[in-house]
Amino acid sequence: MDTQVLQEYLPLFGEAALLTVGLGAAGIAVSIVIGLVCSLVQYYKVPVARRLVQIYIELSRNTPLLIQLFFIYYGLPKLGIKTDPTACGIAGLAFLGGSYMAETFRSGLEAVDRVHSESAFSLGLNRFQTFAYVILPQAVSTSIPPFVANVIFLLKETSVFSAVSLMDLMFTAKDLIGLYYNTTESLFLLVVFYLIILLPVSLLGTLLEKKVGVPDVGD
Amino acid sequence: MWGIEVIFKGRNLIRLLEGLGAALEISLISVLISIPIGIILGVLMAGKNPVIKAVLRIYLDFIRIMPQLVLLFLVFFGTTKVWGWDLSGEVSSVIVFSMWGAAEMSDLVRGALKAIPKHQYESAQSLGFTPLQTKAYIIIPQCVRRLIPLSINLITRMIKTTSLVLMIGVVEVLKVAQQIIEANRMTSPNAAFGVYLFVFVLYFAACFILSLIARQLERKWS
Repeated sequence: MDTQVLQEYLPLFGEAALLTVGLGAAGIAVSIVIGLVCSLVQYYKVPVARRLVQIYIELSRNTPLLIQLFFIYYGLPKLGIKTDPTACGIAGLAFLGGSYMAETFRSGLEAVDRVHSESAFSLGLNRFQTFAYVILPQAVSTSIPPFVANVIFLLKETSVFSAVSLMDLMFTAKDLIGLYYNTTESLFLLVVFYLIILLPVSLLGTLLEKKVGVPDVGD
Repeated sequence: MWGIEVIFKGRNLIRLLEGLGAALEISLISVLISIPIGIILGVLMAGKNPVIKAVLRIYLDFIRIMPQLVLLFLVFFGTTKVWGWDLSGEVSSVIVFSMWGAAEMSDLVRGALKAIPKHQYESAQSLGFTPLQTKAYIIIPQCVRRLIPLSINLITRMIKTTSLVLMIGVVEVLKVAQQIIEANRMTSPNAAFGVYLFVFVLYFAACFILSLIARQLERKWS
């Protein structure tokens, strides 16, 4: 491996890593919002909306992100819905992540025994108080390990963004390989940067799991 | 209308289905390789040898933390450059997906083995079962029940992941879709919508059916 080349490529990969993290963070933030709304709709069994959420979740979970991105980026403009690559990447990631987050939050909410809300009602708490003080804190603690797994999964999925010409880590690596044929150096940096992004999240997940992994509160 | 008519022109529909077939073939071969390797690795991971466990752990964590596309690049561009051999995109994909599938499968197997409470081994022993009999009649049947729905889910994930092979130049359904759209640029400028929608539906159909089967089995056996 040529250290000269490594030094030369380092800033390029650094920039690309920032884009990967930025797009990933934005997409994950939107997926959390979508996931929260969808999981509440399912938890409270809102009529009609519940069916729509169900259809969305099935569509999103049973198709690959790459296909979703192609459809959004190349297909939708034919109907007049144009998106730039950044918006498309975030929208695609959010479309995919929303359903994974929804499933995680829903199973977290459902893991809280119904007895808890009944007890809260009989103690005189209203619906909102019951949700905010009794259900939510318990649901959050059970949801954390699968939530971190989702975050890692979604960050990994950003690797297909290069297909819609976003200059992320994958794009940079492929571009440099194609231009200068320094395959070893490019791939080495690619792996290193993905490790820098993903290892801390993974370690944080393990830590949190040990710390808050008390799913049986109140048993 | 919206370029959907392009799908039914000439051999386009058959070509798209053949593309899907190529993707499914790669996933099927990879699954068939990764399940037995995954089972062996999972049993080793659930075992007691600390050295084997540590080595496996590093290997498995690396495979599972790297995006699959990075692994594809490592094998397709990396190993070919370093070792100077010649790998086609298809072979690289099968290698990568088998390694990845084996890592995921081993984690499922380890989880299934760990989920069996210790008292089952002890009860079996006190009833006079030999260790081999305990495994054959008590532990393995329960693990298999737990594992079959999870393995079907792994297959759907494998199929979804196969869409990535486009990025290393394998001709699969998405590549065929691109070719069809290009070829009909003049006559149907809106083909991108219809054709990509159709590809979306194809992947959905393949994965949704498997998901339903997995869910049914999970409900039945849980």
